[in-house]
Amino acid sequence: MAIESVKVGIADFKIAYAPNNIITVGLGSCVGVCLWDSFSKIGGMAHIMLPSSSQARAVLNKKKYADSCIALLINEMCKYGINKKRLVAKLAGGARMFNFPGSNDIMQIGKRNIDAVKDVLNANGIQIVATDVGGSFGRTIELYTEDGRLLIKTINKGVKFI
Amino acid sequence: MKNYLDLNALQMDALREISNIGAGNAATSLSLMLNRKIDMAVPKVNISTFAEAVEIMGGAESEVAGGYMVVKGETPMGILFLISKDQLEYFLNMLFGTSNVTTNYEFNEIQSSAFLEVVNILAGSYLNALAAFTHCVFMPSVPALAVDMAGALLGEVLQRIGEVSDYTLVIENIFFEEEKQLKGHFLFLPEPKTLEILLNALGVL
Repeated sequence: MAIESVKVGIADFKIAYAPNNIITVGLGSCVGVCLWDSFSKIGGMAHIMLPSSSQARAVLNKKKYADSCIALLINEMCKYGINKKRLVAKLAGGARMFNFPGSNDIMQIGKRNIDAVKDVLNANGIQIVATDVGGSFGRTIELYTEDGRLLIKTINKGVKFI
Repeated sequence: MKNYLDLNALQMDALREISNIGAGNAATSLSLMLNRKIDMAVPKVNISTFAEAVEIMGGAESEVAGGYMVVKGETPMGILFLISKDQLEYFLNMLFGTSNVTTNYEFNEIQSSAFLEVVNILAGSYLNALAAFTHCVFMPSVPALAVDMAGALLGEVLQRIGEVSDYTLVIENIFFEEEKQLKGHFLFLPEPKTLEILLNALGVL
């Protein structure tokens, strides 16, 4: 059976099962959240734009935000019969692409996204087993649902698995 | 104007028209600076999802150099100038009047400040034209530079819009330098609040 790659766009999530992969292209300060269940070999990936729907002035697409998107993703994955307790997470992205002179770290959206994602995963009791976050470069990531590896491709920082 | 999707045809035309004037001003400045003929395409006014907007440079993974400026205050907006990475060396040679600049796709300090100066001049001329029409005062930030995947750059720019909308309005102005068909993409992204001010000033709100 040919392996398909399911593509996740910005502010969206997708679910796939072995042997298919899930890919998202060009993560900057957005965060790619990958959830994987080793038993059923089902994986989910979210491309998160913003930290929290609670401070948003207009919550329309819930898949934009770390809190609401991850909740939806977990919920959707549970419909495939996976046990939430078996899920493990890998994170990538949360970079800072544009470095404005005089800007401070607190305002950095990438970092705020990572922190928000970690909080949501912790609150759901999902262990984070690997991360490749921060820096100032873009990432394209691909989750292999067969074995849970996450491929990270960059332009100048090489290619690796986490 | 709470939503980009509420824009009607007349309003889109008005935006295209002021953009045309802004871009014309910017093209003239660039032409004077480079001492070359610079042409421009008719501005495109696109309302799209974020997922569509990151594909604007021919795919989220296309490699680009970008200068980004933020206008805050009463008229929040983003301004992004993008050039495809494979045209970067030619662009820098044009700027410096040389023929042998190689970048290995890493800017040195002089190259990055020259690139950002171009962005400054383009944005300044563009906003001057807009200010003349609308009597608004625009206070742009200094520009910041990034060379990477288009999706990564655009994603960060769109995050500001994402705070208030699920869709984005991108007004795309393309500048051409004839000799080598060099293409620069000048993107103007007014937030909904700014759109209201612009349309009001143009009498089409």
